[in-house]
Order: sequence, then C-alpha cells, then structure tokens
Amino acid sequence: MKKYVSFFRMRFSTGLQYRQAAIAGMSTQFVWGAMEILLFKAFYEADPSAFPMEFSALTSYIWLQQAFLALYMMWFLEREIFDSITGGGIAYELCRPLDLYSMWFARNIANRMSKAVLRCIPILLLATCLPKPYGMQPPRSLITFILFLFSMGLALLVTVAFSMILYLLCFYTISPLGIRMVAFSLVEFFSGAVIPLPFLPDGIRQVCELLPFASMQNVAFRIYSGDLSGIRGYGAISLQLFWVVALILSGKLLLKNALNKVVVQGG
Amino acid sequence: MELYKKYFGIHFRSAMQYKVSFLLTTIGQFLVSFNIFLGIYFLFARFSSVKGYTYQEVMLCFAVNIMAYSLAEMFARGFDTFPSMINNGEFDRILVRPKGILLQILCSKIEFTRIGRMIQAIVMFTYGVKTSGVPWSVDKIITVCFMLIGGTALYSALFLLYAAVSFFTIEGIEVMNIVTDGAREYGKYPFDTYGKAVLKIVTYVVPFALFQYYPFLYLLGRNTNKVLIILPLASAFFYLPCYLFFQIGLKHYKSTGS
Repeated sequence: MKKYVSFFRMRFSTGLQYRQAAIAGMSTQFVWGAMEILLFKAFYEADPSAFPMEFSALTSYIWLQQAFLALYMMWFLEREIFDSITGGGIAYELCRPLDLYSMWFARNIANRMSKAVLRCIPILLLATCLPKPYGMQPPRSLITFILFLFSMGLALLVTVAFSMILYLLCFYTISPLGIRMVAFSLVEFFSGAVIPLPFLPDGIRQVCELLPFASMQNVAFRIYSGDLSGIRGYGAISLQLFWVVALILSGKLLLKNALNKVVVQGG
Repeated sequence: MELYKKYFGIHFRSAMQYKVSFLLTTIGQFLVSFNIFLGIYFLFARFSSVKGYTYQEVMLCFAVNIMAYSLAEMFARGFDTFPSMINNGEFDRILVRPKGILLQILCSKIEFTRIGRMIQAIVMFTYGVKTSGVPWSVDKIITVCFMLIGGTALYSALFLLYAAVSFFTIEGIEVMNIVTDGAREYGKYPFDTYGKAVLKIVTYVVPFALFQYYPFLYLLGRNTNKVLIILPLASAFFYLPCYLFFQIGLKHYKSTGS
C-alpha cells in the first residue's frame, strides 16, 4: 500500500506545479458556470412549472460541477499511459514489483485531485458570495454533507475505473482514438455534464440513471443540493458502490487478458 | 490568392494521406457538437420556448453561429498554432520570405477535420431554414449570408488577436479561449437569453451580437429596421484593432533564437 501512496504523492505534487494553467482554468470555469446559470434562468422564467428541480438546487449543481471539473471530466486522461502502451514503455512498468492496475489507478486519482484542489476553492468561495438565486447554497444538514463527501469519493472511483478501461482498450486496438472519442461524448452526455439528468424526459431518464455514467458526478451533486435525499439517495449510493466494484473488476480482467499476450517489440 | 490555392491543395492532399485518422477526427468533431445539439433538443422537449424563441428558431441561430466558427477555424487555424511557431523559431523563416506575413501564417495550417462540425452545422441550418417559419425573401437571404461573413470575420479576428498576444508572451494565453470558445458554446441561443448585462458585453466589447442577435431579430421579423441587414458586416471592423495590435507586436518581435 505504501508504494501506491508514494506514487500518489509524486503525481499530486507534480500536478500542483501548473499554477498558470490553474488560473486560466478557473476563470474559464467561472464564466462557464455563470453563463450556464443565466441560460437556465431564462428557461426557468419561460416555464417554472416544467423545471424538474429547485432553481437553487440547480445553481449549486452547476457551481459544484465547475469547481470539481477536473475530478470528473473524462478527457483528463494521462497521455503518458497511452504512450507507454503504444510506445512499448510498458516494459519498464512491468519490471517494477508493483501491480500495474493499482499503480495507474493511484496516479490517475492523484492527477485529478491535484488539479481539482487548486481550482475548487476560489470558485466555490466566489460562488458562495454571489447573491441569492445565483450563488452556492450551504448544505442542508451535516448528514447530507457527509453523504455528499462519501458520494464524491465514490464518483471519483467510478470515473477513474472507467478511464482505466479506456487505457486498457489500447492493448486491444491499433487506433484507440475512435473509441476514446465516442466514449468521451457518451460519458459527457450521460453523466449529466451537458444538461443535468433530471432535465431528460421520463423514460430516458430512468434508464440513464442506471448507467455507470450517472454514478459519476450526477449523484454527488444532487445529494448536496437535496435533490436526491432519503431512500433514493441511499439507493443511488449503493448503485455507485456496485459500479465501482464492477468497473474495477472488469478493468483488472482486461489487464490480465492483455498481459497474457502482450508482446513488446525491441528497439 | 494563387498561392493560397496551392497551399490549400497541399494541405488537402496531406490530410488525405491519413484517411482513417482524418475520418475519426472528423467523427469526433461531429460528436462533440452533437452533444450540444442533444442538450438543446432535450431542453426544448421540456420547455416549449425560451424568451419567446421556438426550438426551430434556436436551431437556426445555433447553426449560423457554429458554421461561422467552423469556417473561421478551418481557414484561420494558422493563428491558433502561431504561438508554437514563435516558440520554435519557425516565424523567422516566414519573415525572410518575400510574401505577406499574414498570408503565410494563414497558409501554414488549414484544418479539414473541422468539416465534422461543419456537416452538423449544415444539417441543422437546413432544418432551421425549412422549419423556422421565416419567409425567405431576397433581403433575408442576404442577411443570412452577411451573418455568416460577419461571424467568420469576427472569429478570425479573435484568432488573430490570440496570435498577436503571443508576440509578447511567447506562449499562447489560455484565458483568450474564454471569449472564442465561450461564444461558440453559448452563442447557440440568441444572446438576449442570457440577460441584459451579457447582451451589452457582446454588443460593445466583443461584438458577437452584431452578427448573431440583431440580424437574427430581422430574420424573424421582430425588428424591421433595414440597417440590421448590413449590421453583421460591422462586426468585421473588429478586425482593425486586432490587426493593429498584431502590427505593434510584430515591431516588438525578437526571435527566441531557437
């Protein structure tokens, strides 16, 4: 375990070095969040009764989404891992007395967290200072907040476990670019990054909520704002747990299969 | 112009060398903007209109905006890679050649994969044109053409500004993307959807509304002032300060030496 923790720390401190990029990212996220909220406000004014969640729940959702973008956006993948698979650098990785899956997993979590830590605090602070309908609301109760944190953690695990599958598919195909792009758009839409899932029409929405993508950011952010509470909240968290286990297991299986037949060309 | 055609041919042929990669990137481009379309579609499945605009009208607006953006991106892509050109000293080679500097930068890269976004824009444009209920008289057709021209010019001008900034910073400034990507992303709805403050910014600071919002009102017949027909062309004037800034940057240019 210690080995993986040190991998985590290495990657984490590298991530913290990019402060310029963080400032640019933060300002972009802030503008994006504001535009998104203004847009939904226009829809809210058009027909408040058709709005599927409280407006304040929506604003919290959007600010959380912008603040923790780096944690859950699928396209924050590590190039180095792809390169090591396609370029043969994997041979070195395999020499280490470490489990490849756990090592990459730790690296990815560290990478995402280091990016998010730099960005989330200023965005959240600013968002809390905004006037009433536009700003971030404090969580409803302590229990909600604890559940929210727990669900955030699970969501990160689901996201990383899914991206591990994307890395590992590289072993099986010559041109992983196509798969990656299709996966990015699928995840983006079905995780509620384009529009929050409650806005989807009935029928489609229920199916979407069962998919692993809904276990990414959707659950955590909706628990925070009270949109998912009580029994439905616990149900959603159990589903998250299920997807964490299922995705990690299938990732490990993929890796085992791939390593059985991997051939690293010399040179 | 002759030279540009030559370069166009070269880039086209080189893109066609990697057919699979070209196809995949094109599909990727298509999918990304397809998500935006789905977002609009599902919102309108729930709400019948926003600020009085119907789904079909928003589609038309979205299509014009994204078409202008992808045209600009296809042809003015050279500006986007300009920071790396300064960085690796490639720009010094351009300076010694006896042809226009801007022309050479434009020619250095023409991105055909943006066609994916373009195809999407064309499909939605056709849909919007057919169903938005706009009576297509000559003046309205001219307005749409001007909207496209003005939009493409404005986006290209912003790319030029992005390039010019890199004279001073050597690196590309990511913050600039807020303006270009933001307008691409949020220009899907007519700008008054976002409220008065935003509308003022996109009218007076970066004149996106001149090609997107005001002439759009004319198309829908909500404002019959004839001036709105040629208003999109005014947004092309944004090119002037950007060009001046580029020239100032050029005077300050010191080679990085690499």
